[in-house]
Amino acid sequence: MIDYDKLMNSTAKRIKPSGIRKFFDIAHEMEDVISLSVGEPDFHTPWHIREAGIASLEKGRTRYTPNRGFMQLRTEIARFLARHYGVEYEPESQVLVTVGGSEAIDLCVRSLVNPGEEVLIPEPSFVCYVPITQMAGGVPVIIETGPENGFKLTAEQLEAKITDRTKLLILPYPNNPTGAVMSREDLAEIAQVVERHNLLVLSDEIYAALTYTREGHVTFASLPGMWERTVVVNGFSKAHSMTGWRLGYAAGPKEIISLMTKLHQFAIMSAPTTSQYAAIEALKNGDEDIAYMRGQYDMRRRLIVDGLNNMGLKCFEPEGAFYVFPSVKSTGLTSMEFSEKLIYGKHVAVVPGDAFGASGEGFVRISYSYSIKHITEALNRMEAFLAEL
Amino acid sequence: MAMEQILELLQDEAKLSANQLAVMLGETEENVRKAIARYEREGVINGYHALINWERTETQKATALIELRVSPQKDTGFDEIAGRVMNFPEVESVYLMSGGYDLAVTVAGRTMQDIAMFVSKRLATIDGVLSTATHFVLTKYKDGGVIFNSDYEEIDERGSNLCD
Repeated sequence: MIDYDKLMNSTAKRIKPSGIRKFFDIAHEMEDVISLSVGEPDFHTPWHIREAGIASLEKGRTRYTPNRGFMQLRTEIARFLARHYGVEYEPESQVLVTVGGSEAIDLCVRSLVNPGEEVLIPEPSFVCYVPITQMAGGVPVIIETGPENGFKLTAEQLEAKITDRTKLLILPYPNNPTGAVMSREDLAEIAQVVERHNLLVLSDEIYAALTYTREGHVTFASLPGMWERTVVVNGFSKAHSMTGWRLGYAAGPKEIISLMTKLHQFAIMSAPTTSQYAAIEALKNGDEDIAYMRGQYDMRRRLIVDGLNNMGLKCFEPEGAFYVFPSVKSTGLTSMEFSEKLIYGKHVAVVPGDAFGASGEGFVRISYSYSIKHITEALNRMEAFLAEL
Repeated sequence: MAMEQILELLQDEAKLSANQLAVMLGETEENVRKAIARYEREGVINGYHALINWERTETQKATALIELRVSPQKDTGFDEIAGRVMNFPEVESVYLMSGGYDLAVTVAGRTMQDIAMFVSKRLATIDGVLSTATHFVLTKYKDGGVIFNSDYEEIDERGSNLCD
């Protein structure tokens, strides 16, 4: 008998499984469940983008692409970043096409962090930063953000966690699960600390296109002195409703991008060819799709925030992504208890906030990546649920 | 104008309240009420109907699409004949078409036979109607933007990714 447990990697074994799983499993077994739990767009990939993928298949374009991704795609990515966020990258050497934003995050952390070095991770946030850091041999250092600052990262919170082993700060804004957005003013304070302590920054801006503020999304790389210190991660999943195409990218200084490319070429070779053809079309002719979808999400956002506040679940106004993060403290229940009672009692699935870090306790993540009809029905059920509590 | 978004929202979901619309559009409830009242008055909004799939009820219903070729009248063009056609309560819609025929008329009745009789007795006999062609609807897959047949209903396949 082989004792696999003894043979397998101990760091990998120690990684905590994702806390989102449980509610998906329960929801899958129930009929008439209204789910507000998923983290991907409900819109289909716009047809002109799908068609570009299909056309490439019809022409037999089914081989590897260059390791970094097609030059035409990298050129369009650079144009997109310049057009929307005012930052310049050379397509030849400062852009890498990856398998989703997640691969870019993994490559970036592995390229920058030496064993024992600390990675600052604001929480609540996307569940992958901690495991990726652990597998790279880095030490995750959690910065707990809270509702008093609208779940934004403040300079004081950041400063308090910096040691002489700190290497990298991850900036996850617009934020999953809280919907928090950092304005230029907020980022300027962070930039000062980053400069003073000579840190590098991984700015995960996958939800950039879904920012509802008047100012719009501000990329961290556009702040004075920050371009040189920042790897920007973005992609097609959220902006163009292309989750299943698995396509993202990283943009940053040439030296870091080349090291990331080296790791990418050994593990992945190149991102999917069909997806790259589709993505070129998305960037060339997709700005209107983005504006349309953002408009739709924005209306749902207002509706759900108003509904939750009216029923007594206080939520600060989320300004990005497609999540609201209301407090359930008024019910006297923990995040987990609230979510369990809600799904068993009214068949509405949400995700307990502590799945995104301990500081998410007392909150639940509600996705509004659903139709108005679906959201309205879910709100009605939640209102009834609270009345019976 | 931002208020025109009310129309698109109501077209999808007529049950949205003025309050919900106001919240979604960042408008006051009063402004939304006023805009809706104006749209109703000006004939922009012409009613709020339920989309019913009669095939799932006990009630028998038949629908047909009738192509009418007509000779346009000297002063009134197609308007006069269209006016005569649309006055019948059996007629659900009348469109003036480009192409091989002139008026597309949808007619509802209890049975196909009822409709056939209606066409031959009422529509074919109108002065200026040159010919009719009746096409019966066998099943409605989608109507008013809504998919009726559950075999084709979209299933939300999301929820299998355990990270995002």
